[in-house]
Amino acid sequence: MLLEVKDLYVAIDGKTILKGLNLQIKKGEVHAIMGPNGSGKSTLAKVLAGHPSYEVKKGEILFEGNDLLELEPDERAREGVFMAFQYPVEVPGVSNAQFLRLAYNEKMKHSGGEELDPLEFDDLLREKAKIVEMDPQFFKRSVNEGFSGGEKKRNEILQMAVLDPKLAVLDETDSGLDIDALRIVSEGVNKLKSEENGVVLVTHYQRLLNYIVPDFVHVLADGKIVKEGGKELALELEEKGYDWVKAAGN
Amino acid sequence: MTVKAKLATGYIKEFARSIEASAQQDWLKDLRRKAFEYFTETGFPTSRDEDWKYTDVKEVAGGQWSVANHANAISESAGNAVNKIVFVDGIYSEDASSLGELPEGVVVSKFAESGDNEVFQENLSKIVEPEFSGFSALNTAFIDQGLFIHVPKNTKIDEPIHVVMVSTGEFTAFPRLLYVGEEGSEAEVLEVFTREFEGPYLTNAVSEVKLEKNAKLIHTRVQRESHAAFHIGVTKAVLSRDSVYDGTNLNLGGKLARHDANLEFTEENGEAWVDGLYLIEDGQHTDTHSRIDHKVKNCLSHQNYKGILDGKSRAVFNGKVYVHENASGTDAEQSNKNLLLSNDARVDTKPQLEIFNDDVKCAHGATVGQLEGEELFYLLTRGLNQDLARNLLTYGFAEEIINKITVPSIKKDLDEAVLNRLHAKL
Ligand SMILES: Nc1ncnc2c1ncn2[C@@H]1O[C@H](COP(=O)(O)OP(=O)(O)OP(=O)(O)O)[C@@H](O)[C@H]1O
Ligand SMILES: [Mg+2]
Repeated sequence: MLLEVKDLYVAIDGKTILKGLNLQIKKGEVHAIMGPNGSGKSTLAKVLAGHPSYEVKKGEILFEGNDLLELEPDERAREGVFMAFQYPVEVPGVSNAQFLRLAYNEKMKHSGGEELDPLEFDDLLREKAKIVEMDPQFFKRSVNEGFSGGEKKRNEILQMAVLDPKLAVLDETDSGLDIDALRIVSEGVNKLKSEENGVVLVTHYQRLLNYIVPDFVHVLADGKIVKEGGKELALELEEKGYDWVKAAGN
Repeated sequence: MTVKAKLATGYIKEFARSIEASAQQDWLKDLRRKAFEYFTETGFPTSRDEDWKYTDVKEVAGGQWSVANHANAISESAGNAVNKIVFVDGIYSEDASSLGELPEGVVVSKFAESGDNEVFQENLSKIVEPEFSGFSALNTAFIDQGLFIHVPKNTKIDEPIHVVMVSTGEFTAFPRLLYVGEEGSEAEVLEVFTREFEGPYLTNAVSEVKLEKNAKLIHTRVQRESHAAFHIGVTKAVLSRDSVYDGTNLNLGGKLARHDANLEFTEENGEAWVDGLYLIEDGQHTDTHSRIDHKVKNCLSHQNYKGILDGKSRAVFNGKVYVHENASGTDAEQSNKNLLLSNDARVDTKPQLEIFNDDVKCAHGATVGQLEGEELFYLLTRGLNQDLARNLLTYGFAEEIINKITVPSIKKDLDEAVLNRLHAKL
């Protein structure tokens, strides 16, 4: 099992957001998580990444059988957990290339791979950028600073491509992308997914799931999974909204 | 004996010896005597002086340092620039200095050889007057070694001139620079204060810059004294019509450091940047005072100072922009942002605008903050460890200033100093 979330309760500032969430992901699988605004999707993503503001009240998270909650955010990243942010953060004064190289080298240091100097890394970055059709002019710009909403999302997937994670949680990567960009980024994700990794897509829209076809769809409402199914569940939700599943969950 | 007189005794002896031994022209000796007189009357500033409120120089004033009488040999400090003039403990080092080919008419000369030069006579001590402070009076009284740069009309110097001050022992040095750029001239000057000695010493520096019509100067000042040393320095630039001054001041060293970065527009249409970065850690105190005088119409001034403080350290920033009555069309902006990396660091920042004309565009602001939690988290989620993530964000904060440095060797040192902040000695 790649990821096991068992009976997870999570609070922020004293307010409990996740209330007994369960989720299992195997290598090679794509999972979609859908659900109303405020239901806790980003909370789950951030808890997986190790955001310090969230308090795990109960339950456990196992990553490849090991306790993920024991690890610091950077350790999780080096172990292969990646979260594409719903709202990617701007980091003024730090160039994309510089940042990505440091991140890449930290990971290589950890896994015993070969660290790259700026020139070598530039070659690698150019290759990876092709996957999301990103213009190299973005390499020397400050991380996300002044990027349009869609450019930020694309940049997140570039980071995923460089870091080659075992588990990628993409939190609404599709929102903000124009029609062409959605196709390009989705195709990029399809190229990056393999039998060796797992992908979690947090999304509101069925459209994304036409490109990246999920093996499972989970509906999160009020902090727990209230319905699960195959890719056809997304179509049903698109048609009927969330009320009927919410009702079923209560 | 009064406190002032007591403080001055060491200097009285040194001064008498120095002026005695000097082969300088009478006008220069007179200037020095007057300055010394002024110093003995006023002494060093105290915290009762408004401008020195947060920086107590008792320890500086009380120190007993001698003045070096020869230039020690140095190893690496001077770097391998084409044009470099090196002073060791304040004394010109023939061995360490070298000049590439300079355009005709350019003067780069030690003060000892400048006494009869008219431009030198006309300008020395006119831009930074001895009365500016007890320190500048003392520096003027000890004018001996020093560098005079004169770039004639419509002349451009391609290679930057590095003026390197290296400290190697417990001395007091009085570095002094006079730069005069004539009409249409262009040059780049770097002043680097560095050391091959980690103990206490005192640098008391004065730099004067005069830019005539349409002259341009890039002026970078890097202060990386020992963390046990004292550094007191003044820079002042005076700008004529259409001239451009781009100044960047990096203050990294010193147990106690003070820099006054002043500038005056005396004719219309000048443009100036007076930017800087102070980066200090445990046990350091750094004080920047700046005064920009818009005395005439249609001049532009930009000031961007950034501060990074770690450990138990303290910074002072006091920036004044004066827009005088006649100075309509002035455009002045001033910003001082500070990043505190520890809870024990403290900064006192006071940007001040004094405007006596309505037809102006002025903006100023100051902030004091810490590393942004969400930015830090973002970097951590990409696998950067805490130290690296913090250093990278710190670098990002300072990047605007660091990237102004065009000389690769200095830029590289600075990059490393900031990025390896937790491990490297600045
Ligand atoms: N600091 C906080 N204090 C109280 N409540 C919070 C805090 N931070 C987040 N929340 C609440 O937690 C809930 C879950 O938020 P989360 O971001 O996980 O929702 P989401 O499912 O990702 O929604 P969306 O689809 O809009 O992105 C929301 O109701 C939000 O207001
Ligand atoms: Mg969300």
